[in-house]
Amino acid sequence: MPRQLEGSRAVAEAVALCRPEVICAYPISPQTHIVENLSRLVKSGELAPCEFVNVESEFAAMSASIGASATGARAYTATASQGLLYMTEALYNASGLGLPIVMTVANRAIGAPINIWNDHSDSMSQRDSGWIQLYAETNQEALDLHIQAFRLAEELSTPVMVCMDGFILTHAVERVEMPTQEQVDAFLPPFQPRQLLDPDEPITIGAMVGPEAFMEVKYLAHAKQMQALELIPEIAADFKDAFGRDSGGLIRSYRVEDAETIVLALGSVLGTIKDTIDELREGGMKVGAVGITSFRPFPLGAVRAALGHAQRVLVLEKALAVGIGGIVSANVRMALAGIQLHGYTVIAGLGGRPITKASLHRLFTDAAADRLEPLTFLDMDWDVVNRELQRMRSSRASGPHAENILRDVGPVAAGPV
Amino acid sequence: MFEVRIHGRGGQGVVTAAELLSLAAFDEGRYAQAFPSFGSERMGAPVVAFCRIDDREIRTREPIIEPDALIIQDATLLHQVDVFGGCRPDGFILINTTKSFDALGLGDFVGAFRAERLLTVPASELAREHTGRAVANAALLGGFAALSRAIALDAVSRAIRERFGGAVAEGNVAAAKAAHTWVMDELRELSGATPA
Amino acid sequence: MKAPAIRFYQTGSFAVGNRLLDPEQRSVQAGEQRTNSITCGHRACQGCGEALGARYALDAAMRATNGQMIAANATGCLEVFSTPYPESSWRIPWIHSLFANAPSVSTGIAAALRAKGREDVRVVGQGGDGGTVDIGMACLSGMFERNDDVLYICYDNEAYMNTGVQRSGSTPPAARTATTQAVGPEPGNVFGQGKSAPLIAMAHEIPYVATATVAELRDLEAKVQSAMEVHGARYLHVFVPCPLGWGSASKDTIKIARLAKESGIFPVFEARDGEVTEVSKIRRQVPVEDYLRPQTRFAHLFAPEVRTDVIARIQAGADRNIRRFGLLGSGADKEGAVLVGTCADQRTGTCAGPGQATCGLASKAEDHEAGR
Repeated sequence: MPRQLEGSRAVAEAVALCRPEVICAYPISPQTHIVENLSRLVKSGELAPCEFVNVESEFAAMSASIGASATGARAYTATASQGLLYMTEALYNASGLGLPIVMTVANRAIGAPINIWNDHSDSMSQRDSGWIQLYAETNQEALDLHIQAFRLAEELSTPVMVCMDGFILTHAVERVEMPTQEQVDAFLPPFQPRQLLDPDEPITIGAMVGPEAFMEVKYLAHAKQMQALELIPEIAADFKDAFGRDSGGLIRSYRVEDAETIVLALGSVLGTIKDTIDELREGGMKVGAVGITSFRPFPLGAVRAALGHAQRVLVLEKALAVGIGGIVSANVRMALAGIQLHGYTVIAGLGGRPITKASLHRLFTDAAADRLEPLTFLDMDWDVVNRELQRMRSSRASGPHAENILRDVGPVAAGPV
Repeated sequence: MFEVRIHGRGGQGVVTAAELLSLAAFDEGRYAQAFPSFGSERMGAPVVAFCRIDDREIRTREPIIEPDALIIQDATLLHQVDVFGGCRPDGFILINTTKSFDALGLGDFVGAFRAERLLTVPASELAREHTGRAVANAALLGGFAALSRAIALDAVSRAIRERFGGAVAEGNVAAAKAAHTWVMDELRELSGATPA
Repeated sequence: MKAPAIRFYQTGSFAVGNRLLDPEQRSVQAGEQRTNSITCGHRACQGCGEALGARYALDAAMRATNGQMIAANATGCLEVFSTPYPESSWRIPWIHSLFANAPSVSTGIAAALRAKGREDVRVVGQGGDGGTVDIGMACLSGMFERNDDVLYICYDNEAYMNTGVQRSGSTPPAARTATTQAVGPEPGNVFGQGKSAPLIAMAHEIPYVATATVAELRDLEAKVQSAMEVHGARYLHVFVPCPLGWGSASKDTIKIARLAKESGIFPVFEARDGEVTEVSKIRRQVPVEDYLRPQTRFAHLFAPEVRTDVIARIQAGADRNIRRFGLLGSGADKEGAVLVGTCADQRTGTCAGPGQATCGLASKAEDHEAGR
């Protein structure tokens, strides 16, 4: 039934419907409302049997999840940004051990400089950690993906992170359809672990593996993600049958059939992109969009099929690979190997810089006219940048970049937006 | 689509106001998207929240740059923050204050807008009278319903009751109704009709 | 459960006279009922104190829990030598995750068992001094603070042995390690503050804290049994000499452990809810020199010249332990159980003299008079 809910609350309720048995949580903006809501559900007894452990760090959160999952409990946690980095070692450990933990990442920029607003640098930094990465476009999809994630994780015995834009989705109140417990129970069976710490049948988990076997063990993680390329669409199809809506899957296309220009992006910005595309289409531009839901495994085949006929592809990304440029676009380029088309990388929205329809209008129009550089930074204040570069040239003791720039730009978040 | 921007300070329930507005629209069977402009939690700091209302699914996620309506919960912001930035000339503006536009230093400014769409309402006072606390957010929504007709007072009342409970809800519903009546009276005066 | 008092010791070797004990008092090397939680075939060095300690501790835990137990292990010597791919010497359910997170993994296991209504299955977390006292301290403290139902055992061989004997927070003053080499005017490890994990555990006021050595295996087993008789966060700190890292003879492991206790270097005690409840008295006090000499990690204290100044400081540290924990004196082991405050000079351990102002710690007048 439809409810008007804050995204975090919707995710918390959906996770609760999945009957997690151990939730280990450490607070970090902008994930706090998710774990607060879950703690209330456990404490009140609404979510039972479930242990909610208030751990002392994100590293502890993932580590405790590892212990819980290895003991056969359905385990869940949530984090963002710095917290995700702090648990990096444990992320690799969880995927290497093949433990089906599900985690929400409330996408937030990574410092320095410290920034609590949305971009994708956190989850992008862990794209090679062995975790499956799914990106939600709306709060509806965010809650749906968690339900699908548990099933996906447990089928393959590999961990899954569901990424949703911090603040933009987590703190937005909007209409969602919340499934019933019966629906979720029918869709998600109880956790049957592939490996189990059990006194009745003792096993060793986590032994050292030397050169004679490491490659094979590591490859299996990759093999499971290749299986996920099949399983993700299957689960999405089952989900549609059970819940009556499209959610999840590998990619989603919007008005691409005759598109000469295709915009590719992840997450909530796709909503703004679709509105922009509708307006541009009214003006006659042949433009469409592709949203990637499954970033890991990266759907090379599906992306190639969706983009291959276009004249140009614009990849709009909320993360920057310092020293080279785009991250998503590099992955997209792999998918398009051998196909000739113009490719534009646009870095936008870093640290929560708003991505406006007006800017997208200009951007897509420029792209369609092939007026763009291969790498663009959307709405960048080049004056500010150049002033700082000049400072660096004129003096060795030029001062810290962030503080110098803030002095130029004015106090943090002083304006209305 | 109808876009509303709400200004206030941390602790005044600005984010809740946007949420209540979205709940009210939802109760009317419409789509609504409410979200704050986010900063670290700090009492007294300027806060902005947004609400979009539409009859179909709302996809866009950009900030509201050209609001159709402004609700200003704290008049001390008027000359500190650019609260009016982007507001359409035929936009609705509702300011929580006991002062007149002239007394607020906005006498000239209001000339650019449509007189019957710009109003002040002493929402804090009405809130204090009906709830015992000067938290004006719910009251302002009652006034806003009257001013903009974007939302019905009934829906606002339902949203308040859903979000809060018991006496707190009833007090705020009463405050919202009082503000609604206030604004209706003001509008009648402006249009030259005799007060009811 | 208290370990039975042992009254007969072999002279010279300091071995506890197994042959002189009644059969039920002897430490058992092998038997059909014994779990052999860590079984033979592991790759530990000859004379490894940690292998000995782990074997006894975990078999005792298996007995105390009727075999219903899961273990989580930090990265380190024990983890590495017990699981040389493709073999594992563990006969119990066992997981190794990371270096710093054994306490957290244990917390997660305990939470899962609770959620599943299987609190009859107990959890043991274990690691070396590096993984416990240094990199794992945050996770350990969190586990203590939440009073998670975990027994954590630290096998303390006083350095990062697995990676080549580098200094840890547990390395004693003046000890040679690969990163505190025996060169320069002050060879070996610095005289720092030390980091007593047992005292830190007591500061958390958890239900049970104990220290033990591999010189008294029955005592170690009894402490594991005691720990398993209660629930909540429990901590056991086991002193385990490392022949390779300490430069001692592999046959001297138990002897060196006994000397550590008898010199006052390593206090052996039990504590509950933040208070010392029982102390294992020094039987025949020996000067710290007797403990230091058999270990080449302290060789630089004896050649080319005898560093009497350094040895004196080490002795002062041992004397302070003796005072604090009441390790000397006759009477039942329960005596001297209170950590007495001292107005003595904190560093040298010498009494500042009667009538001197106290250093602010709780102090009884009569203790002050007695120079404690």
